[in-house]
Amino acid sequence: MLLDSLINLIPELNKAFLETLYMVAISLSVAIIAGLPLGILLFVTDRGLFLENTTVKSILGFVVNMIRSIPFVILLVGLLPLTKLITGTTIGPTAASVSLSVAAIPFFARIVETSLREIDKGVIEAAVAVGATPWMIIKDVLLPEARPGIVHGITITTISLVGYSAMAGIVGGGGIGDLAIRFGYYRYDDTVMITTIVILICLVQIIQFAGDRIARLVDKR
Amino acid sequence: MSLTIKNGEIFGIVGYSGAGKSTLLRCLNLLERPTSGQVIIDGVDLTTLNKKELRQARLKIGMIFQHFHLVSSKTVFENVAFALKAAKKSKDEIEKRVNELLEMVGLSDKRDAYPSQLSGGQKQRVGIARALANEPTVLLCDEATSALDPSTTKSILALLKKINRELGITIVLITHEMEVVKDICDRIAVMQDGKVIELGTVYDIFTNPKEELTKSFINSVLQFDLPDHLLKKRTGTIVKIQFKGEMAEEAVVSDMLQTFKVKGNILHGKIEYIQDMPLGIFVMELTGEPDEIQRAIDYISLRTNGLEVIASAA
Repeated sequence: MLLDSLINLIPELNKAFLETLYMVAISLSVAIIAGLPLGILLFVTDRGLFLENTTVKSILGFVVNMIRSIPFVILLVGLLPLTKLITGTTIGPTAASVSLSVAAIPFFARIVETSLREIDKGVIEAAVAVGATPWMIIKDVLLPEARPGIVHGITITTISLVGYSAMAGIVGGGGIGDLAIRFGYYRYDDTVMITTIVILICLVQIIQFAGDRIARLVDKR
Repeated sequence: MSLTIKNGEIFGIVGYSGAGKSTLLRCLNLLERPTSGQVIIDGVDLTTLNKKELRQARLKIGMIFQHFHLVSSKTVFENVAFALKAAKKSKDEIEKRVNELLEMVGLSDKRDAYPSQLSGGQKQRVGIARALANEPTVLLCDEATSALDPSTTKSILALLKKINRELGITIVLITHEMEVVKDICDRIAVMQDGKVIELGTVYDIFTNPKEELTKSFINSVLQFDLPDHLLKKRTGTIVKIQFKGEMAEEAVVSDMLQTFKVKGNILHGKIEYIQDMPLGIFVMELTGEPDEIQRAIDYISLRTNGLEVIASAA
């Protein structure tokens, strides 16, 4: 009986799993592509650093904080016009990826900023004293030194995205989280609920494990 | 303040922490921008340069740090190569120059090691190689030996001296260790509360310090504390005699003992060589008639660099 319902569930689960991967992959890529430079910018424009610029720093900081303070569900719905503009639709996993990306960019940017902050200021100063250009300092000092921290940041962002993607159901995004809510929560189907939760637990564990491994691999200190 | 450092000399700035010596040094390559005034290196006022020109100027001003400040995720080779990349050197040039530099600081075998695998002295050698990469005219040393043990300090100082003599690079170093100054500096400035309170050649400062602070710094090297029991047991007058230069080679003391009816007993003594010139310090106990002792003291005062009565006859 239990096995039967599980077998019946497989196509549904499979589809949901792929949808989750799809949404997380898109939004994570966007978060890295946009969030990394943003995080670097937040750091190097800070006071006492080589591209100190109070105006840029305060504007960026304000926008980042603003997006981060909006609850994700509201962001999801609020961004529908933007989603329509970018993807041409407001439903489905692609549409959900837009809001997920917008939420993930400032999240990841702050993590990048924090890991850059952990770098010994003296090392940056030594690079300035050597006569290096800002671009060289970013490429050859900041990024290599912060690499383990940034990898950890990607892990955290990925896991958060898996969590956020559960809410994508609101715009028909699908995904495992959505399956858990629709079948398990609204229909009191414990089998589905438990199965999906087990899958989510495994997924998060695997992401964390892989992230830690990679972080250790790139850590030369 | 105004300070002129000559080409090719090793100039030391000493002072307690908070005296402003670190700030002064960091002004020399504009890591810290002075609120007013000029920083002129090789005839160029750094404060008038734009960002790009300043980067060019910094290529010719090497700097090493107390805590080395190496990029921990890069190998020794890459750390040194970074400075050359900043000067836009080609790959081949970088390869060749880094090997030369590592040879010079004695680290050729550590080329592919990461900083965490090196000892403090080795890290500082990498720092020196990086600082010298673009053949600078000036090398700034920010407490470069303060984090090192005494024997490593000696070897780093020897390296700095060699760099100064062989490559003709002007070295400006700041330190709170008088030993460092005594070993390698030509001239020093003593700083207190953001001002230079005394300036001169190391030998002059050591043999004839004027300010209290300077004296206390020098005492840290030329320590002459007599054990208490010696002071209690004494019967005669205890004097401290300082000889400098060629005086140290004359037989003033033995002449004095023959001329006057006093007996001398040496309690303590040493000769320091500062910039290869001797500075001798002896602590003697003189016994005899008070008049004779006084005359002996006058005799010696005239013929030596200084005599200080530590304790008069009981």
